[in-house]
Amino acid sequence: MFPANDLILSAATGFERYVDIAQSSFWPLLKGALLYTIPLTLIAFSIGLMLAVITALFRLSGIKVLGGIARVYISIIRGTPLLVQLFIIFFGLGSVGIKIDPFPAAIIGFSLNTGAYASEIIRAAILSIPKGQWEAAYSINMSYGQTLKRVILPQATRVSIPPLSNSFISLVKDTSLASTILVAEMFRKSQEIVANTYEPLLLYTEAAFIYWVLCFILSLFQDQIENRLNRYVKT
Amino acid sequence: MLSIKNLHMNFGSLEVLKGIDLNIEKGKVVVVIGPSGSGKTTLLRCLNVLETPSKGQLSINNQDIDFSKKITRKDISAIRGQTGMVFQTYNLFPHLTALENVMEGPVTVQKQDKKKARPKAVELLTKVGLGDKLDYYPFQLSGGQQQRVGIARALAMNPEVILFDEPTSSLDPELVGEVLQVMKQLAQEGMTMIVVTHEMNFARDVADEVLFMDGGHILERGHPEDVFSHPENERTKQFLNLLSE
Ligand SMILES: Nc1ncnc2c1ncn2[C@@H]1O[C@H](COP(=O)(O)OP(=O)(O)OP(=O)(O)O)[C@@H](O)[C@H]1O
Ligand SMILES: [Mg+2]
Repeated sequence: MFPANDLILSAATGFERYVDIAQSSFWPLLKGALLYTIPLTLIAFSIGLMLAVITALFRLSGIKVLGGIARVYISIIRGTPLLVQLFIIFFGLGSVGIKIDPFPAAIIGFSLNTGAYASEIIRAAILSIPKGQWEAAYSINMSYGQTLKRVILPQATRVSIPPLSNSFISLVKDTSLASTILVAEMFRKSQEIVANTYEPLLLYTEAAFIYWVLCFILSLFQDQIENRLNRYVKT
Repeated sequence: MLSIKNLHMNFGSLEVLKGIDLNIEKGKVVVVIGPSGSGKTTLLRCLNVLETPSKGQLSINNQDIDFSKKITRKDISAIRGQTGMVFQTYNLFPHLTALENVMEGPVTVQKQDKKKARPKAVELLTKVGLGDKLDYYPFQLSGGQQQRVGIARALAMNPEVILFDEPTSSLDPELVGEVLQVMKQLAQEGMTMIVVTHEMNFARDVADEVLFMDGGHILERGHPEDVFSHPENERTKQFLNLLSE
């Protein structure tokens, strides 16, 4: 009697069942975002930016060895798929005894990736600052480091915010790839729920929606930062 | 106070300064004139070591540097500590206000306390007539005002000598006067100055000495009245004729 009863029930309440699944899955998905997607993005982007500045400075240093290191790094990261990089770090290294937990492995992968792409953005931004700015700073006896920190990078930051925001937003979405190395981030959560409910359209759409909201909020931040940094340019 | 001996400067195979000798006493104002490409800018940049001369000696206020030898960052810094530079295109820091531009050197380089550096910077900006524009960003200032901030920024480091590279060439004609006025005041206060300019009236009124440069040499030098009224060198005559046309 039970199976028949069940069928009738679900047929009668198909729409309600949809709403029910959407509701009950929302919190697990959001939790995946809050516990993994967002921290992963923030941490990887911060580390990535530091790597990017160092890499950009290496390339601009005029010192052959440093420039070479930077070029090789950028070339490897840009020339290979992010998914493959993640697999190498997690499964590949794991298989030779260098076991890294999923989350740190993902941090390493995404940081390296961000570092390479963002370094080109930062290098271009530094090069876009007129030579006269360096000279003015040197003329008041500032050192290379002081000039960079006080004069060049603040201006380069303004120039690089739009392209860096692009990288940041891409990173939010790219973290879904971490699902493949067992990080319990939002997309992996949605896959798990699909496995139980057989509602891929609903769940993946719901995940997409949350990604979109995250990116939308980020773009609002971007506007704010841009407005702040544009206070010293003619509008 | 400032002495240059046999200064040479090359850009690759192009020799731009071909042995400059020059002594300038404290408090003197020297105006440098000469045709485009004669090496005027390069000479000033060498004095501030923005370019590294290929050989020659430079001594400013007992800080010596010999470019024939290997020079260190410390040597460069010692020379730069004696010189201030005012650029043709101002080169203010656009992300800093007028006040912050002037305070940047004292605070970042001389490690002065902000509280201590501020009154001095305010005083300098007031002196160049910008006491009411302290918190303006460069883009909110006219060219003449920007250049005066540039002068205050250089002064803030207490240089022994200030180098001016065509400080009024980028300005609209009606703004030239306000900058020259500030420079004149500095000269009267006894500041040692080397000024590259085409402002002949300024040279006549203010300069103690005029140098005529051509092809990387100083071809003629003397009191402004003598150089302008009775130039001895053929090239100087030609150049002055061109200017007065
Ligand atoms: N960075 C550089 N690289 C190569 N050549 C240069 C460089 N800077 C200047 N030169 C050359 O050096 C020569 C002298 O230039 P400089 O700028 O000192 O002349 P100037 O007397 O200041 O001219 P102007 O009146 O046009 O400003 C010119 O032939 C110029 O082309
Ligand atoms: Mg010049």
